[in-house]
Amino acid sequence: MMSRKHAYYRGVRMAPYDLVKEFLVALGVVTLLVVILAAVLSSPDVRPLTLQSIATTDPQSYVQTALNELDGSSGISDYGPPYNNGTGAVQYIGPISIQQLIGVHIPVSTAQDFVLGPLAQVAPTNPSWKVALDRYNAAPARQQTAWTNAYNTALGKATESGPHLSVARCACGPVTTMMKAMLALGQRGAMDGLLLTNRQFYQTDYTRPLLFTADPDNNVVNARATSLHLLGSQWGVMNETGNYPGQAWLWLYSLFYQIPPYTTAWAANTDALAILSITVLSLVLLFLPWIPGLNRLPRYLGVHRLIWRDWYREEKQKAARTAKHNAEVEA
Amino acid sequence: MSMTRRTQEALASNLPYEELLPSEQPAYVHSYVYLFGVATIAGFIVLIATGIILAAFGPQWWHFSAVGHFFNGLHFWAVQAFFFFMVVHLWATFFQGAWRDGRGTTWAVGVITFLVSILTAFTGYLSQQNFDAQWIAVQAKDAMNSVGVGAFFNVLNFGQMYGFHIVILPIAVAILIAIHLTMVRLRGVVKPYPIDGTEVQR
Repeated sequence: MMSRKHAYYRGVRMAPYDLVKEFLVALGVVTLLVVILAAVLSSPDVRPLTLQSIATTDPQSYVQTALNELDGSSGISDYGPPYNNGTGAVQYIGPISIQQLIGVHIPVSTAQDFVLGPLAQVAPTNPSWKVALDRYNAAPARQQTAWTNAYNTALGKATESGPHLSVARCACGPVTTMMKAMLALGQRGAMDGLLLTNRQFYQTDYTRPLLFTADPDNNVVNARATSLHLLGSQWGVMNETGNYPGQAWLWLYSLFYQIPPYTTAWAANTDALAILSITVLSLVLLFLPWIPGLNRLPRYLGVHRLIWRDWYREEKQKAARTAKHNAEVEA
Repeated sequence: MSMTRRTQEALASNLPYEELLPSEQPAYVHSYVYLFGVATIAGFIVLIATGIILAAFGPQWWHFSAVGHFFNGLHFWAVQAFFFFMVVHLWATFFQGAWRDGRGTTWAVGVITFLVSILTAFTGYLSQQNFDAQWIAVQAKDAMNSVGVGAFFNVLNFGQMYGFHIVILPIAVAILIAIHLTMVRLRGVVKPYPIDGTEVQR
């Protein structure tokens, strides 16, 4: 029985073709190319930021982040699903928020997870920290807010000298001690571990440290990303650190973050609408063979004439020979 | 007839080896653009080989060892080569209208391979354990969360992303490439657009 392929090829001139040789040559060339590129250009590996480096480089920004996590005014505190029931980062596609429909799956309470919890773990080692923490926890919410507001005002006028932070005396209750404790823990590297630790010894989930590290309030992270051209508005999705190529294949997705209406009228829902747009375009690409009009586009673009130029030339010559032969026969 | 015999006969009938590895091709398969498909596969093999070595030595190896960093470089450039070849192959098959004559599903499997490869590379960038990985994670979380995906595919969870990158997604890409290749071999290479007078005028 003639196979489907042989039936398709009927009447087509066949030529010897060494697929195995072609594959081995391709493998050799690609391997050599990759080895040369790696040997000459190496690869990017900019060290990650730690909470210790952030707390040391810019103590004011670090403490501001910690305070915002405590008083619930940080970007993550009111983020919304999957971390909490806030609305700050909730996005919509038309009237629907899939984000809210899916709900909270990775619960994060910024005050508890980023400040009170870590302090509670180390408080037994420092009596003044324990007193401050107990006093804060025992105070009514209104009192806590008054303390954090007062500290926020004082922190705005604070001065930095290297890793040292000077915050003027204020009616901040135990918050002053708590924030000093947070800064001390950060600068000694303890916070990196405290945020990572959860129910077991081995750790692979960096959700909490990364959320704290990259809170929008954190100037150090944003400044570093800006200097490395990694912001979304800098085509950051497809950039790498240094002068290395990044995920260039995400150029179309990155484009949505550069153009209106994604950056203007749709700015509040840019991510959701960019994902929707790239999904629709991916489906168009996927179903291209069955989309009338589009599935005939390549023929009109004409690039195939270049790809198969030898074949078309031979076919033209063959047709000319046949025509000449027929003319001679008729004559 | 036993199930084994039936499977044997079905394979012999539908997947004869001479169809999978033919020694001749139509004369129109004569252009450099046909090389980008096999170059993509070569890139994938280099990726898998370097990835196995990186995985075998563990995530710390490529940061603190010169040899490890070199293998990280090999893996990094292999992914760049892989995508370069794959995108050129995609464009070439588009301009050929390679889905014609009953090859729509071959095209669709190729597109799915491309999309899954993007996800594989994305989880690889998240697994680098450097500043780029940190930044990509915190930026990408907003996109993932905005459509509810982040609840299940947590880009901030290194363990989950690493697992996706070194096991689940590469296996998916390998299976998709195998299906795509089998389809191409069984259906043959699409013919050039018919000569209608336009094609021969150059």
